[in-house]
Amino acid sequence: MSLGNTEDVFAIAASWLAAGEQVALATVTETWGSSPRPAGSHMAVTASGRMAGSVSGGCIEAAVAQAALRSIADGNPQLLEFGVTHERAWEVGLACGGRVKVFVEKLA
Amino acid sequence: MTPALFAALIAARAAKQPVVLATRLPTGAQLLLPDPAAPADLAEAACDALRDDRSGTVTLAGGDWFLRAYNPPLRLVVVGAVHIAQALVPMAAQLGLAVVVVDPRRAFASAERFPNVTISTDWPDEAIDALAPDARTAVVTLTHDPKLDDPALDRALRSAAFYIGALGSRRSHAARLGRLRALGHDETALARIRGPVGLDIAAVTAPEIALAVLAEFVAVRRGARLGVRAG
Repeated sequence: MSLGNTEDVFAIAASWLAAGEQVALATVTETWGSSPRPAGSHMAVTASGRMAGSVSGGCIEAAVAQAALRSIADGNPQLLEFGVTHERAWEVGLACGGRVKVFVEKLA
Repeated sequence: MTPALFAALIAARAAKQPVVLATRLPTGAQLLLPDPAAPADLAEAACDALRDDRSGTVTLAGGDWFLRAYNPPLRLVVVGAVHIAQALVPMAAQLGLAVVVVDPRRAFASAERFPNVTISTDWPDEAIDALAPDARTAVVTLTHDPKLDDPALDRALRSAAFYIGALGSRRSHAARLGRLRALGHDETALARIRGPVGLDIAAVTAPEIALAVLAEFVAVRRGARLGVRAG
């Protein structure tokens, strides 16, 4: 990584796994427009509701965490898209007008 | 991601090996590169991602892949375990940089003054040679002492370091350039040195100077206009 995350999401996710938590990893795979976090940004989420890292400026973290619970439950990865024009329940808008794709996978 | 792959990724990062995690979209099939078994076009795209330090989605013969480039952290070599270094080092760590402090004066380069930082008490020329600055390394001299700063700058100029900065007034920088010229460095080489180091934000205190240095470091790294110095 470039000028990196101080908070090492992987180290935190590994410690959660070691403690017996179920963990999903969300990663920004593509951005358009003025998205706040670049492709490659990570966020880890546990079934118990802990979060580390970020995939946006805070606009979509809750929705991504909700999707992460589904991947934890069924083991299937998801490719989510967030923008200003989407209307499904988990597709909250980005206030900045950007669009992002987020890949969510279970760590298992 | 399988536990084995996650462990391999963490191990590679701990060993400071550049790696790329390739994820097939949308299925999620994954591969950690370099891997001799990887398709040639994927291997090439992974090399590009590491070189450009850029993660993103690429479309190859096999379909769409998300390539996440994990390069080792950028390095900052700080020559001079002085007061400004004490402000600079923790701020650089916040930016995710791997910091090395070089100062042969053990009273300055003490673990008490610089906790949790790699310290070299070798003479700066030997220290810089040993560290072998590459295109992901910055070297900043802070001692104000030509017998420490000059050998460090001399060796940094012979390296691929992407950012070289020297603390000191314009007058002392002009004198420094004269001494480095005498060591055989031409004007193109000397122009690589940012002196006085840091963006001109009229910094006064040690943390302000550290901020100016790191702001310039980021500007150069990111290709911002602020990072370009006129003649």
